[in-house]
Amino acid sequence: MGYGDFVLMRDLNFIINRGDIFIIMGGSGCGKSTLMFILIGLKSPSRGQVFYGDVDFWGSDPTTRDKIIRRAGVMYQSGALLSSMTLAENIALPLETYTKLSAVEINEVVELKLELVGLAGFDKYYPSEISGGMQKRAGIARAMALDPETLFFDEPSAGLDPVSANRLDDMILELCDSLGTTMVVVTHELASIFAIGSNSVFLDVSKRTMTATGDPKQLLAESRDPVVHKFLTRGEELR
Amino acid sequence: MAASGEMTLQWSSDDTLLVVLSGSWMLNSKRPSEEDVRRQIQSFPSLRKIVFDSKQLVEWDSGLLTFFKRLRKFCQEQKIQLDSSGLPQGARQLLALAAAVPEKKDAHKEKKLVPFLAVVGNEAIDFFQSTGKMLEFIGTTTVAFVRLLRGQARFRSTDLFLTIEACGAQALPIVSLISFLVGLILAFIGAIQLQLFGAQIYVADLVGIAMVRLMGAIMTGIVMAGRTGGAFAAQIGTMQVNQEINALQTMGISPIEFLVLPRMLALTLMMPLLCLYANIMGILGGMVVGVGLLDIGFIQYYNKTAAAVRLWDLGIGIFSGLVFGVIVALSGCMRGMECGRRASAVGDAATSAVVTAIVGIIVSTAVITIICNILGI
Repeated sequence: MGYGDFVLMRDLNFIINRGDIFIIMGGSGCGKSTLMFILIGLKSPSRGQVFYGDVDFWGSDPTTRDKIIRRAGVMYQSGALLSSMTLAENIALPLETYTKLSAVEINEVVELKLELVGLAGFDKYYPSEISGGMQKRAGIARAMALDPETLFFDEPSAGLDPVSANRLDDMILELCDSLGTTMVVVTHELASIFAIGSNSVFLDVSKRTMTATGDPKQLLAESRDPVVHKFLTRGEELR
Repeated sequence: MAASGEMTLQWSSDDTLLVVLSGSWMLNSKRPSEEDVRRQIQSFPSLRKIVFDSKQLVEWDSGLLTFFKRLRKFCQEQKIQLDSSGLPQGARQLLALAAAVPEKKDAHKEKKLVPFLAVVGNEAIDFFQSTGKMLEFIGTTTVAFVRLLRGQARFRSTDLFLTIEACGAQALPIVSLISFLVGLILAFIGAIQLQLFGAQIYVADLVGIAMVRLMGAIMTGIVMAGRTGGAFAAQIGTMQVNQEINALQTMGISPIEFLVLPRMLALTLMMPLLCLYANIMGILGGMVVGVGLLDIGFIQYYNKTAAAVRLWDLGIGIFSGLVFGVIVALSGCMRGMECGRRASAVGDAATSAVVTAIVGIIVSTAVITIICNILGI
């Protein structure tokens, strides 16, 4: 993958299993978000394929891609709520678009999703009226609106205080447990990586490729790659 | 307080120079410049090593560090050993910290001098590519419009009505003011000339035809380009910066249908109405001059205007208004969708939207006028 002639990462090959909390990790500027953009269909890979099940995602036509990505939800770094709409309207938007639910039923679903992310009672607020952490949680509520099979998170804990970040991690764990949703999380927060990750891929910016994949806790114990070790231990050299 | 840094040079052995630093080595205090040091050092050809003594140093900040860095560079060139152990401990730590991560050699951006012809060529290529993009945008918008006619397009009707309010009713005051004054100005200019022939009554014809056929639409178009076109570009551009457009895409909602269509519809519907309103205000402006200054009767002025302005003129004016509405909305939305991810990009998008819209308005006016001339209407 890359931009124009510039190759950001090459030779990426990994599998995300159903029910995983899959971490995409690596140093700043290594292409974590770009990789996510490719997975969710916002940017085409320079070369190679992405498979959802047996379907070649980028090899199929836009309508098929649309259908696949409809079964996924995305939480963006800043929440990316539509600023001209209230939280309730934001969450109701995908429901109104893709389901035939009545207004009352939609309202119930919206209320439920807001409760799930701990924002009950904020349905009439506009995104600009709530804090950054709340915006992120509302972003998750919107991503979950259609009960997706896969949820993507772009830096969920960036810019949050430790307590809020921890609550967010717990929420991701719980949702994964109770709904069986596959989670793909882009992050470089070590605490989150070890707390929630069950599978991962490490992107090494200096080698321009992935250097490790697997359970992050296992990687910490077993990896003999000095860069991976340094990353997972906040800078300790490999002995 | 002598807020200045001083330095004395002493030989400590045959090839070693001791630099004694004293006073205040702050960024905003007076310090020996690096040039002086260089000149002094160059006068000692046998010099192999430089050491420091900073016991008399009162205070220091980045001023000392930059001095040391420059000196180090010079010493590297001259193959002189530089021993920093005599510097204050804090300064040594900072220097060590700065050296911890090696400079990334390929990170430097080289500023290449592009020849003039290449600049012209690149600009020309950009221009053609932007024309292509414009056509592509018009194409996707048309497809979305067709989907709307088939009842498949997705957007919120509240958005449509909010935009109609913003670019319709809320634009009335400024449109009133501008078109009233334009009518007034036209009447004044016409009156001076027509009075020479005692033909003041023709002011009514002049103002009526000019406003209804051309000026009403153009003035409304330009006001709306600045007011609404710029706002469209800024709104959509900010949404681009906030990743809201990306969010729409991953929700499977077409941003063209959701954001562009309601704005296009609202402005295209409102422009002809605003145009009609501007015509009336312009004629009123002319009437104020005619009745107030030129002693033309109110009824007389009205009758003269009604006789002079044909239905064709009104039709052409309203049609122009419709075209301008499409142009303003299209350029506003297009520049917004093209907007980059930086805050300054939003400003650029708004500026470029207004410029594109005004150029479009003037060019299409010329085209419409020429066509009308050929058709003889």
